[in-house]
Amino acid sequence: MLGATLTTQEGALGAALLLIAAALALAAPVLWTGDPLAMIGRPLLSPFADASLPLGTDRLGRDIAAGIVHGARESLFTAVTVAVVALLVGSSLGTIAGYLGGLADECIMRIADAVQTVPSFLLALAIVSAAGPSASGVIAALAASAWTAPARIVRAEVLSLRQLAFVDASRLYGRHSLAIAFTVVLPNALAPVIALAAIIVAGAILSESALAFLGLADPNRASWGAMIAEGRSVLRTAPHVILAPGLALLSTVLAVSLLGEGVAKAVARRA
Amino acid sequence: MNRALRVVARRCIAAVPTFLLVALAAFALLEAAPGDAADAYLAQTGGDLGFAAELRARLGLAATWPERLLGFFGSLLGLNLGQSVIFNRPVLAVLGERLPNTLLLMSATILVATGLGVTLGILAGARPGGVRDRVLSTAALTLLAMPNFWLSLLLILGFVVKLGWFPIGGIRTIGAQLPGLAAGFDVLHHLVLPAIALGAGYIAIYQRTLRAGMIEAWRGDHVRAAHARGVPRRAVIWRAVARPALLPVVVLFGQQMGALVGGSVVVETVFSIPGMGRLAYEAVVGRDALLLVGVLLTATCVVLLANLIVDLLLVRLDPRIGAADA
Repeated sequence: MLGATLTTQEGALGAALLLIAAALALAAPVLWTGDPLAMIGRPLLSPFADASLPLGTDRLGRDIAAGIVHGARESLFTAVTVAVVALLVGSSLGTIAGYLGGLADECIMRIADAVQTVPSFLLALAIVSAAGPSASGVIAALAASAWTAPARIVRAEVLSLRQLAFVDASRLYGRHSLAIAFTVVLPNALAPVIALAAIIVAGAILSESALAFLGLADPNRASWGAMIAEGRSVLRTAPHVILAPGLALLSTVLAVSLLGEGVAKAVARRA
Repeated sequence: MNRALRVVARRCIAAVPTFLLVALAAFALLEAAPGDAADAYLAQTGGDLGFAAELRARLGLAATWPERLLGFFGSLLGLNLGQSVIFNRPVLAVLGERLPNTLLLMSATILVATGLGVTLGILAGARPGGVRDRVLSTAALTLLAMPNFWLSLLLILGFVVKLGWFPIGGIRTIGAQLPGLAAGFDVLHHLVLPAIALGAGYIAIYQRTLRAGMIEAWRGDHVRAAHARGVPRRAVIWRAVARPALLPVVVLFGQQMGALVGGSVVVETVFSIPGMGRLAYEAVVGRDALLLVGVLLTATCVVLLANLIVDLLLVRLDPRIGAADA
């Protein structure tokens, strides 16, 4: 699966870009020791003017390069956690709904309908406003709407799988139906969900940065969205403050989407 | 007519549990919000504990939660969304003022996104795999990855700060007493940049969907038959390939409506458009839970209504939808 993804152009390019971002994120505490939010230089220093501050400084004299790599950590960590939570919750609920049917199915799918009707960014705003602007609050806010897509896909897969002979076979063994659903049916329904993971991660990176841009994420962590918000007031005189974090955001989301395209192509080729 | 009625009925029935669940979530949000309306009011005006108790009783906050839930649903039925703390006016009045601006922005965005998205999609899908297709598809992925608040700032930097072509924000020139048509152009002038910023991602989505549909349609027998009859290539693309591929774009339209409302929060905030999205932001920052609930419920209604309109459009476009057995 991974090999097949990497043989597609999109997959290879996306994986390479993402690898760079992840390496920078992991190396951030080693390469840029110290607090990325600390003032270390003259404010609004232009990029490339000082070798020790390659991307310059913002209005408060904070190192933009340090903010970018530390922001990569936060951004990738948040987005991957959101995707993991959404996939776990979504595929579990989708399996239960699809395999049990009846009232459980009806309840779960009506909730999914409602969640998909409310604009997801408004839902995230509402949850953050209730839970407070913490890292876990943001993760919960984004996962709250992201679980519905995997739930729907897994449910549809389970509905078509549960008719098959190997499911009947395990039923004849007398196993509990939920056990069958999770150990026999779900693993066979996961292939289309993997391509969805990339879409969820990309969406979560964008939404997290938008929340941070509005000042609704944890203010004590470096974040690309917050850096762009900070640069807004000096847009006219120092556009470099918003350019660097924006490009970081754009290339990271692009990398994830490319990887997702690659996975989708690999899945389609196998089918 | 019959098919349309059936579709409307099905949508309306499905909307009932959806709206009830959203209202329930809204109530949970009110309960979970730190402090209540009385606290928020007192934080601005000041007052002692006795006044706080009196205020709570007046606002129906002193009861137990099932009573409060009943009260909440009761006031929803009476279209009473309560009093906004930061505006010190009824929530419904504030919403009524802000919603038209958001609907205006959404319409402009949909116009930009479908216009450009469909054009670029046809250009890409006319010869899948060609150079033009590859360039356009890469551009679409880049647009999709663009955070809309960053794009907004870039547009401001380029077209407002450097070129000075557009106003920096707002919905109309303040203080200008323009006659009818000029006032309309003034609003449009203000909406160009926000509509592009909000629509960029949708241009990409529509382009990709149309292209994928066209690739599918190219394989159809009706296309080969048209070729065999000697129909010119342009006519084949337009009539046999692009037209059937437009249907999924309309379907997508309804699905993306919620995301459009969500995106308006950021774009309206950056361009200081007094719309519902910006109102949501103001409600969160001002800790005005009732106002936020009002926005949430209104946005839900907007999405439900938009989906109904899209459904009716689909009934017109596709004779299979809403047929007796479907």
